[in-house]
Amino acid sequence: MKFMLIMRATEAAKAAYEEIDFAEVINAMGAYNESMIKAGVLLAGEGLADDLSTAFVVDFAGETPIVTDGPYGEIHELFNGFWIIEVSSKEEAVQWASRAPLGAGSKLEVRRVTDMSDFAGHEDNEYIQKEEGWRAEQAER
Amino acid sequence: MSADVRRTVDAVWRIEGARIVGNLARLTGDLGLAEDLAQDAVADALAQWPESGVPQNAAAWLTAVAKRKAIDGWRRRERLDERHSAIAHDLASREGGVPGADDVWEPIDDDVLRLVFTACHPVLAREAQVALTLRLVGGLTTDEIARLFLLPVATVQQRIVRAKKTLSAARVPFEVPDPGEWAARLGPVLGVVYLVFTEGYAATSGERWMRLDLATEALRLGRVLAGLLPREPEVHALLALMEFQASRFAARTAPDGRPILLADQDRSRWDHAQIRRGEAALERADALATARKTGRGPYALQAAIARCHATAQSVESTDWAQVVLLYEALGRLAPNPVVELNRAVAVSQATGPASALLIVDGIAASGALRGSHLLPSVRGELLARLGRREQARAEFAAAVALTSNAREREVLQAKSDAL
Repeated sequence: MKFMLIMRATEAAKAAYEEIDFAEVINAMGAYNESMIKAGVLLAGEGLADDLSTAFVVDFAGETPIVTDGPYGEIHELFNGFWIIEVSSKEEAVQWASRAPLGAGSKLEVRRVTDMSDFAGHEDNEYIQKEEGWRAEQAER
Repeated sequence: MSADVRRTVDAVWRIEGARIVGNLARLTGDLGLAEDLAQDAVADALAQWPESGVPQNAAAWLTAVAKRKAIDGWRRRERLDERHSAIAHDLASREGGVPGADDVWEPIDDDVLRLVFTACHPVLAREAQVALTLRLVGGLTTDEIARLFLLPVATVQQRIVRAKKTLSAARVPFEVPDPGEWAARLGPVLGVVYLVFTEGYAATSGERWMRLDLATEALRLGRVLAGLLPREPEVHALLALMEFQASRFAARTAPDGRPILLADQDRSRWDHAQIRRGEAALERADALATARKTGRGPYALQAAIARCHATAQSVESTDWAQVVLLYEALGRLAPNPVVELNRAVAVSQATGPASALLIVDGIAASGALRGSHLLPSVRGELLARLGRREQARAEFAAAVALTSNAREREVLQAKSDAL
């Protein structure tokens, strides 16, 4: 079973983070990542930049998609990174997620990554089939 | 509640079992005893955690409880020697010896490495090595191993008990091998992992064509090994090989469970992220081998072959000449009729079925692979391509009679019927 650990932080948590020595943050994250690599469970993981000039939101509420700058809008929690792990149970995912070196104001939202079993009855759909390969490719980028 | 605790305990064991047992085995010098102590600690956890809640540092809790049990056992038998008092001292240095949230859990990778080499020690039969490795290194429960291998739980339990007895009777030390033995001892370790993978990748018996959960376990073990032995080229090569082969899982089975052969697979369904992980692992293996001034080992050659397939857009555009060369190199390294047969298949693609048939007839004449469905199925394929339909049908019929996998039988029958 694959799970995505989605990291979210409030503005307050981000401000608090900036007080901590960056080297310390890197060390803690590095140790956490290494523990998952050594356990053979980490498949992918990335941090997301806070840099406002490259962030934007596409809103599909209207007839044509509207692109606005900045990821914030009314959202007060910001996605700032993710891990994808492959483990044997939800409980194992809970164990790993609980070990993330995050502080107050940060949250991990953990979701199971869908697999072919979620498309039962539609496996022969050409687009479902194609998407498998395509989605995997995108995930790697 | 108690079912939740059971699942949590299993999850903790899954993550920390190897390090808990490794730590205890180093302290006691006895792997069997270490595993028993850890199991007793797990039983305590199952009894106590529903009341007390799951401790903050569950692994430290389990280890401390197991150590206390070790001391108690020796006290009872008045065998508190130096080694045991060291553990006692270690326990006493904690607050009253009570395991809790403050415990520092500092497992040592070397303990896990010792565990790997001990579980795969050559005094053990291969099936014992497999059971012990999945149990101790992989952190699987006996029930899970039994389910994966379609075996009765009692059989797996018996294999593990016997394996521990064998290790103890042979006085196998809980150590990594000496440098002189290193290469010879690494072989069985890689062999165990790849056996688990291949049993999942091409189930040799039963209704199912693939047993993904087994292959996933093997991949996980492979990644663990790569973390433990980052300088060993063949460890990364084995991981690469498994990543490449596993990348085809989604494309290997039709919705109704029928197997889809390589030539007919929709390559857009291959897991390209996994292929890239395989490429990275193979590059690592090649770089390490180059630095050591050794050539590619058998896993690296197989991984390189798998990469030729994984990165080709179609069967036709596959670099078959390269595949032939790689099989030749593999055959020189470890002569083997299955490798020779695969070389024949590659030759049939690179230069045509007639030259391939000569190789296959050579294998048949040597008497190798007698009783395997592989030889007649490849021979049938080549004869069919040469237009010798009657002979091809006879070969497919022979192959059908020899395979024990129901799904594979269907594929062969379909090929014969299509002639």
